[in-house]
Amino acid sequence: MSKAVIHAIFDDEEPLMATAKSFHSKGIHIKDVFTPFPVHGLDAAIGVPRTRIAITAFIYGLTGASLATLMMWYMMISDWPTDVGGKPSFAYYMNVPAFIPITFESTVLCAAHGMVITYYLRCWMLPGVKAKNPDPRTTDDKFLMVIETKEENKANIESMLKSGGATEIHHK
Amino acid sequence: MNTNMDNTNYTFTSKTRNITFGLMAIGLITIIAGFLTDHAPEGVSHDEYHHTRFWANLLVNGYFYMGIALLATFFMALQYVAEVAWSVAVKRVYEAVSSFLPIGATVMFIVLLAGQFHLHHLYHWMDADTINPESPKYDEVIAGKAGYFTPWFFWLRTILYLVVWVLFQRGFIKRSLEQDLQGGTALHFKQMGKAAVFMVFFAVTSSTSSWDWMMSLDVHWFSTMYGWYAFSGMWISAMVTIILFVLFLKRKGYLPQVNESHIHDLGKWVFAVSFLWSYLWFMQFMLIWYTNIPEETIYFQERLHDFGYMGLMWTVFFMNFVFPMVLLMSRDSKRNYFFLVFVGAIIFVGHWLDVFMMVMPATVKGHWHLGWLEIGMALGFLGLMLFVIHRALAKSPLMVKQHPYLDESLHHHI
Repeated sequence: MSKAVIHAIFDDEEPLMATAKSFHSKGIHIKDVFTPFPVHGLDAAIGVPRTRIAITAFIYGLTGASLATLMMWYMMISDWPTDVGGKPSFAYYMNVPAFIPITFESTVLCAAHGMVITYYLRCWMLPGVKAKNPDPRTTDDKFLMVIETKEENKANIESMLKSGGATEIHHK
Repeated sequence: MNTNMDNTNYTFTSKTRNITFGLMAIGLITIIAGFLTDHAPEGVSHDEYHHTRFWANLLVNGYFYMGIALLATFFMALQYVAEVAWSVAVKRVYEAVSSFLPIGATVMFIVLLAGQFHLHHLYHWMDADTINPESPKYDEVIAGKAGYFTPWFFWLRTILYLVVWVLFQRGFIKRSLEQDLQGGTALHFKQMGKAAVFMVFFAVTSSTSSWDWMMSLDVHWFSTMYGWYAFSGMWISAMVTIILFVLFLKRKGYLPQVNESHIHDLGKWVFAVSFLWSYLWFMQFMLIWYTNIPEETIYFQERLHDFGYMGLMWTVFFMNFVFPMVLLMSRDSKRNYFFLVFVGAIIFVGHWLDVFMMVMPATVKGHWHLGWLEIGMALGFLGLMLFVIHRALAKSPLMVKQHPYLDESLHHHI
């Protein structure tokens, strides 16, 4: 079974959105869309599931809070209890107001960096990696839709793309 | 559910009206009964006691409910200054919330005026003997602040705040309604200019008013974070009032143009401002705890240990920080009506309690109650505020017309 990859170029986001919606409702899988600017509602229209980065952010944040707590407990309570400003340091809870800012900062640091690193890894956007953009004009004013389909469906999909407003169609 | 309701006026049904009248009746009865039954507690001489519990409650409610309207006005100005488009769809709601300002300001004014005429003794510095070196009541600390608390200067400030705030609020509403008829951008730019001026005025007066009216209850004590702490508390109360009204109207089938994204953004505001408040509330505590200077720690010594407000302090912390943080963290809960109403109600009560914590330890001190007088009066003022807001909602169409950003707001999608 041979696979056909179609690159359809649109000049505007309205025909792109309309085509994406109609393809999605017909069950035609759109592999990806490249646009010069974020198009609202496109993710849902081509069936991209919701990002899970918020969940990772929560986990990284918890990690940061725990690490900070562990660090401060070890430094200030366990290893070398220090009397700062006459505050007792026999237990963690006695000094907890002083530890809150650091816990907060560490939570934010770990959540933010964790999210960025996860994003780069997940999108494989690393130094020296070749750009995956199939057509540089999508960074200027063109919209590109990538469809992977079977060879026998090709003609049908092409005609639907053309009637939907695609200005160019390329095969890869 | 009326689906054909594109831009109708809100109908203030007699059922809703009766609920607000009921609450106001409770409040009125409580105010009369409270005033008559408020006697000096044991150990306090009758000459020194001037219905302190009653007036302290009036101050709590005056400040809390005025703050909601005031910060709704601030939010309105903020939307203009920042050129915000999404919020235009709910503009009439926060305009309506701000419409309580004249009445709230009047209540504040009455409480302060009563203090000046020595009907109550909440503000110790209003007693002229405290700055008279010959008097046994002479207080060196208050005498040192006498210049700031000179009656004419205090009253100049108080009247300036209240009058200017109300004038700005009325002006914003008036021009917003004119914009509906007139269209174009001229009025919008005028609103932006006025809003910028209001912002500058409010930046100073939001702090100084809280010093004059609230921080001066503990006249020996001061905190540089107090102004922002009070400001953020009023802001979050205003945000939950706005979101609860939007949800109420949506529930009744109004505001069909307000979509999930608008609700989500309002939810983000509630989440963010409750964090702002928590940050300032905690930082004020932490700096004082850390520095450990007796003249500063007295504020928390009284609240946490001497007068037995410890439980209330923790309640305020959980209601205003922990619950909003945990319950509103996820995206889904900020779009969920049940969660928003639940958290909104918690925050509303929590911030009323926070104002209670500002006032009571400084006024009635250890003889505090959270009984029928407190709850009844709070319900009465709630009824009054709800009545005024509902009436303001019913006055003008629920969706603005011809606002330059209206179209963008209707297509809001996040």
